[in-house]
Amino acid sequence: MTRRAAIAGLAGVAATAAGCARRDSRTRLQFWAVGREGEVAAQLIQGFTAQHPDIEVQVQQLPGTAAHEKILTAYAGDTLPDVCQLGNTWVPELYALKALSPLDEFVSQSSVVSPDDYFEGIFNANRVGGALYGVPWYVDTRLLFYRRDLLQQAGFDHPPQDWAEWSQMLAAIKSLVGPDRFSVLLPLNEFEPLLVLALQQPGELLRDGRWGNFRSEDFRHAMSFYEEMFRQQWAPRASNTQISNVWDEFSRGYFSFYISGPWQIGEFKRRVAPQLQDAWMTAPMPGPSGPGASTAGGASLVIFEKSKNKRAAWQLIEYLSMPQTQRDFYQLIGDLPPRRSVWQSPVLAQSVYAKAFHEQLARVRSPPKVPEWERIATQMRLMAERVVQNQVSLNAALADLDRQTDEILEKRRWMLDRHAQV
Amino acid sequence: MRRFDRAAWIFVAPALIVLAVFFFLPVLAALLISLTDFDLYALADFSNLRFVGLKNYGQLLTEPLFWKSLWNTFYFVLLGVPLSIGTSLGAALLVNSKLARWRSLFRTVYFAPVVTTLVAVAVVWRYIFHTRYGFLNYTLGLVGIDPIDWMGDPHWAMPAIVILAVWKNFGYNMIILLAALQNIPEDLYEAARIDGASSWQLFRHVTLPGLAPVLLLVSILTMTGYFQLFAEPYVMTEGGPLQSTLSVLYFMFEEGFKWWSLGRASAVAFLLFVLMFAVTVLQLRLGRREGAA
Repeated sequence: MTRRAAIAGLAGVAATAAGCARRDSRTRLQFWAVGREGEVAAQLIQGFTAQHPDIEVQVQQLPGTAAHEKILTAYAGDTLPDVCQLGNTWVPELYALKALSPLDEFVSQSSVVSPDDYFEGIFNANRVGGALYGVPWYVDTRLLFYRRDLLQQAGFDHPPQDWAEWSQMLAAIKSLVGPDRFSVLLPLNEFEPLLVLALQQPGELLRDGRWGNFRSEDFRHAMSFYEEMFRQQWAPRASNTQISNVWDEFSRGYFSFYISGPWQIGEFKRRVAPQLQDAWMTAPMPGPSGPGASTAGGASLVIFEKSKNKRAAWQLIEYLSMPQTQRDFYQLIGDLPPRRSVWQSPVLAQSVYAKAFHEQLARVRSPPKVPEWERIATQMRLMAERVVQNQVSLNAALADLDRQTDEILEKRRWMLDRHAQV
Repeated sequence: MRRFDRAAWIFVAPALIVLAVFFFLPVLAALLISLTDFDLYALADFSNLRFVGLKNYGQLLTEPLFWKSLWNTFYFVLLGVPLSIGTSLGAALLVNSKLARWRSLFRTVYFAPVVTTLVAVAVVWRYIFHTRYGFLNYTLGLVGIDPIDWMGDPHWAMPAIVILAVWKNFGYNMIILLAALQNIPEDLYEAARIDGASSWQLFRHVTLPGLAPVLLLVSILTMTGYFQLFAEPYVMTEGGPLQSTLSVLYFMFEEGFKWWSLGRASAVAFLLFVLMFAVTVLQLRLGRREGAA
């Protein structure tokens, strides 16, 4: 009886919802955004819906860790949205799947998106095979968030410049905080910290984009340093799922250095203990010798090829690319704008935390642009975890990583060879 | 006779058609896919599909991670099934005891985890298992046991998953066992008591034989369920640390839906099918022997 009533009720609700949809003549835009950006996207586009009463934007949030598989699943199931936030390392992958719509025509007619105003490297990261497939939404690179007070207690008045100095600091903080606390947090379930160290080396991670190059002297150097930070007990052997709250632990001094991205500026301001708000700061990554490079990350806005509302989708992208929206975006969560003109606005020029990012953005490098990169990076992380947990020797791990990478790239090599023959 | 045949076919036809469309066809398709290198490239353009014969199977059988996930799954089943049934039986006996008060309350409380959402519960359990602030380590600390790094130590992660799974599922079997307990005639107990049986003897010679058929059923159901371990590690550990909680199903999910190597994922599915088939045959044999004895 009650169950039947409930089912009848549900059916009624569904019917009403369907009824509403039918009466509505507005264009419906599906917009997928990832992680923190997804949380504020709805707020950010309020201005857009006010300007365009004829367009209804449906925002869907994807969690950062599941975004990649969710987008691929949507591709396989033909349920991709109109507009999507896409990490710029994923652009080559979706281009290979022919899922993206080229944007050159829109850009050439646009008065808002002017390529000259964008950081060149970041803008060109969206060019594949001679066409433009994405408009940078925000730029992202990883650098140090650190505790100034603890570093000072350990006897240093400035952030590290190179690995040698950083090592001294890590050791000094470790002896300051004792065995139960650590100097740096390098979550074992993230590949980014190791990737940053690896990109600081001159060598390539893949040979010709066809074979793994992890046995090279350069990668070995990066991996050794990474491993040393765990062996010396400077970093806890923990993943992010075990640290229940990164900001609480940072406030408690469980670790003093953390490698993360610009969205953390907002999070640190909100969540780090109030009495410690003056004690944290950002700093560019130290390199093997002198200031080092970091990842050229960030996300772009793309339109999928199957979208039926490309015109409206482009209008949304234009709105999100306007300098005013980008300023709001920065103020909401601290995401850094890819447009030079926005960097000159007072909110950014005066932010002490953004300064390090501006400096770091001059030294950024892209990970290899192959569609399989995400999987290779995951293998790299798993192998690094095994080395850190003493399950396998460094040499064996690197050889195994090369073997796995070569296997992952086998299909790519076959396809490249076949296209070369045609 | 012929007419009877036709009528029979007509009556079973709907079931057969459903079975064919939703079972035999997909299985056949999966078998074919497992012989190719079907992936995202092939999804984009069919000319990127290659027939690879048994290569997927060969690669899997030489892939250490596949064996590891297989071992993890067996470990989970071997540890989890007896523990789960033991807990269910214990809880059922307690709730069924004549000394127990507020029976329906306890029945509801013990059954509650079964109907909770795993993802929501996992958040709570992550705190319970927390190395430094967790309730479990706090309790162990009271009896002088050093903190255990439940989610971070490769040796303890699977036991932690077992604890969660047992807690989540024991209520279901408890209800089944409770019903069986209530079906054991009271006169048997009385007669045994008059003969001077102790409470252990009552349990061993009256309760257990009375429960035997239901226990077999419960163990088969639990074992099949536990072989399909996926959601618990997915929400608790993402298969880590050091892939110590990666189950076969999780491995298949990652191959298939994370990396879209559908060819390899289908091969995993078939290997799992062969394995499950073997285990079920074994169980049925054992059950038959029990029945004969």
